[in-house]
Amino acid sequence: MELIWFMIVAFMLVCYVILDGFDIGAGIVHYFVGRNDAERAAVIRTIGPVWDGNEVWLLATGGVLYFAFPMLYASAFSGFYLPLIMVLWLLIMRAAGIELRHQLEHNHMWTSFWDFVFSLASILLAIFFGAALGNVIRGVPLNSEGYFFEPLFTHWGTTGETGILDWFTVLSGVVAFVALAVHGSNYLAMKTEDEMNLRARKVVGVGWYALVGVTVLSLLAVMYVRPTLLDNYYALPIGWLIPLAVAASLAAMKYFNAKGQDRSAFISSGVYLAMMLGGAVFGLFPLVLPALDPANSLTVYNTRAGDYGLSVALLWWPIGIIIALGYYTFLFRTFKGKVKVGEEH
Amino acid sequence: MESLTLDRLQFAFTVTYHYLFPQLTMGLAPLIVIFKSLAIWKRDEMWNEAARFWGKIFGITFLFGVVTGIPMEFQFGTNWAVFSKYAGGVIGQTLAMEGTFAFFLESSFIGLFLFGEKRLGQALHWLSAFLIFVGTWLSGWFIIATNAWMQHPVGYEVAADGSVHLTSFWSLVLNEWAVYQYMHNMGGALVTGSFAVAALGAFYILSKQQVEFGKMFVKAGVIAGCVASIWMLFPSGDWQGKMVAKHQPVTLAAMEGLFDTTEGAPLVLIGQPDMEKKRLDNAIHIPSALSFITYQRWDAKVKGLNEFPEDQHPDNIPLLYYSFHIMVGLGTIFIAIMVIAAIWLWRGWLFESNWLLWILMLLFPFPFIANTVGWMTAELGRQPWLVYGLFRTEEGASHMVSSGNVMFTLLGFFGMYTVLSLLYIFLMLRRIEHGAEELTAAAAPVGGEN
Repeated sequence: MELIWFMIVAFMLVCYVILDGFDIGAGIVHYFVGRNDAERAAVIRTIGPVWDGNEVWLLATGGVLYFAFPMLYASAFSGFYLPLIMVLWLLIMRAAGIELRHQLEHNHMWTSFWDFVFSLASILLAIFFGAALGNVIRGVPLNSEGYFFEPLFTHWGTTGETGILDWFTVLSGVVAFVALAVHGSNYLAMKTEDEMNLRARKVVGVGWYALVGVTVLSLLAVMYVRPTLLDNYYALPIGWLIPLAVAASLAAMKYFNAKGQDRSAFISSGVYLAMMLGGAVFGLFPLVLPALDPANSLTVYNTRAGDYGLSVALLWWPIGIIIALGYYTFLFRTFKGKVKVGEEH
Repeated sequence: MESLTLDRLQFAFTVTYHYLFPQLTMGLAPLIVIFKSLAIWKRDEMWNEAARFWGKIFGITFLFGVVTGIPMEFQFGTNWAVFSKYAGGVIGQTLAMEGTFAFFLESSFIGLFLFGEKRLGQALHWLSAFLIFVGTWLSGWFIIATNAWMQHPVGYEVAADGSVHLTSFWSLVLNEWAVYQYMHNMGGALVTGSFAVAALGAFYILSKQQVEFGKMFVKAGVIAGCVASIWMLFPSGDWQGKMVAKHQPVTLAAMEGLFDTTEGAPLVLIGQPDMEKKRLDNAIHIPSALSFITYQRWDAKVKGLNEFPEDQHPDNIPLLYYSFHIMVGLGTIFIAIMVIAAIWLWRGWLFESNWLLWILMLLFPFPFIANTVGWMTAELGRQPWLVYGLFRTEEGASHMVSSGNVMFTLLGFFGMYTVLSLLYIFLMLRRIEHGAEELTAAAAPVGGEN
């Protein structure tokens, strides 16, 4: 039962990262792809109708995590107190940037201001999310009760008294930043025309090299920081398909990008994100929040909720998700096609 | 300040602020559906324009509700970790269902409703409006069900590790407390929504900016507001009160400032709880009325606070008492004004009665106050429990988060929400001003045809 819910949470998290990932990514490359006011308005319009739905995946994942693994929710959220509250503030700022920009469409100071807020919040969010994942992989100083609290940073090392930020978690943040920037550019390339389309493609083309670089670097770093992550791969060799798929998706992205097939390149970067996360999750299982002292680690077994709650949720959850996917299909179909510069809503 | 106090303050502040927005969106959503239906049914472009106009106000308000709502779910984990570990297996269910069944629905169709009218056509546009209404009201249901479980826990068992496990899904989702609380709460949202529509209509008439639409708004707002205001007292308020009397008698005593157990207990209109002398100072009351409305007998015995051990008393009785009395007082005033406005509307005097239009216009902040103090009554009344009778508030806060950190984030929320308030007010004023121009442009060709 806990295995099923572990996979469901992982699935929802992957959905969140792929979906909100592209609109966060669009924010990261906002100034590169949109060179003037009208173009930046077009960037916002590509994500306008969908970003809110994408963000719902975060809330829905949070909700499922809450009832399926309450102890994990309690421990992780209180332990990451400061960065999480800052994430909340960034989410507020970013949403304001997206939705308030077009309220005074013809006021240049107003739109410039919200462009900046939107882009800055997107950049910081990507780095925060990556650093959060880095913390989970590195492990946190859980006490015997399963709680912890980390300062923002200490000595930047991955052992002893760790902080939220150290060289490894910052590296994870950079990986997330580059990966989402490329993913968002793929999305923008798919949704825009002419010059914006070409510029977005170019960001992918250049960003791709950076992405390959930081990906390799981060995989090496993971093996140094948490060598036990490979145990599951040795135990279940089919898992090696995941790193293969990471490599394949990177190659495919380059290929499709060069050929100008933006949709396929976007799907490739989606697969890349899914496989990177999947690889981490596969290696961690059954840990959900490793402790620096392994005896205190939180696992799916010691954080899960009661049997009845988990089984009854298996009845309503699929229904809800299938209906939600229905809305998604309808929404994306209604707003399909490219966004034109200078068009009104 | 110790960290428990700050955790409580932060949750109270963020949730109070958050709920200013959903009460308006949940109240406006059914009205927009009605406008849209009238537009299609009567083939009247004026109502369509009204739906679009209020749709835009809905859209901005919805955004503020979304962004201030996300911190609510997170704070269960960040500030109330011990409580989350204890009860997450139960209340996490309703919160996750809210995300899955309500948020996906709302977030998908809000974009379609606001930006998709041309692409969708009228029938599907109506459907979008309707589904947003369903989504917002479903969302309300799951939150009320979550709160209802904390007010009146059902369908659970205490597991070996001390946490609670769910044992009955339907008891949780269809908690008796939730049913009555929902009816009362959604009525409250409708009061806020309809009063806002009436107020803006009155403003448009009085300022002579947009008289035609002003009249439509006042008419719709007054009719809906009259029904909703009465509904808040009877039957929904009455039902809610009986639930409190049945399951939280000590809360009822505190709400009424009743210290001694009394047969034929009076209903207090005005008075001040004196916590030192344990009595109500300078009370003005209706004899025996509390006994009657609670138990339908004039001489029924109502238990006073002294009947209960002090460690079960709500920890801030005066604030609870005042919150409740302000809610009831405002509710009574709402009924009086709306009944008069409805009669004036029926007789055809309303649009010429500037004094009444002024009152309708200036009334719009008060439903926000009434809803807020209503929730304060519910939440202060639940104290000293986080989960009524099971789990005390003082046990629930995160141990590992220091008070300095909570102080920092609380101040951060103050600052952030001050900025949000300024933005919201700015955008609303702008919308009201530009709205009049857009409505004028929309009204011109229609007027020409008639």
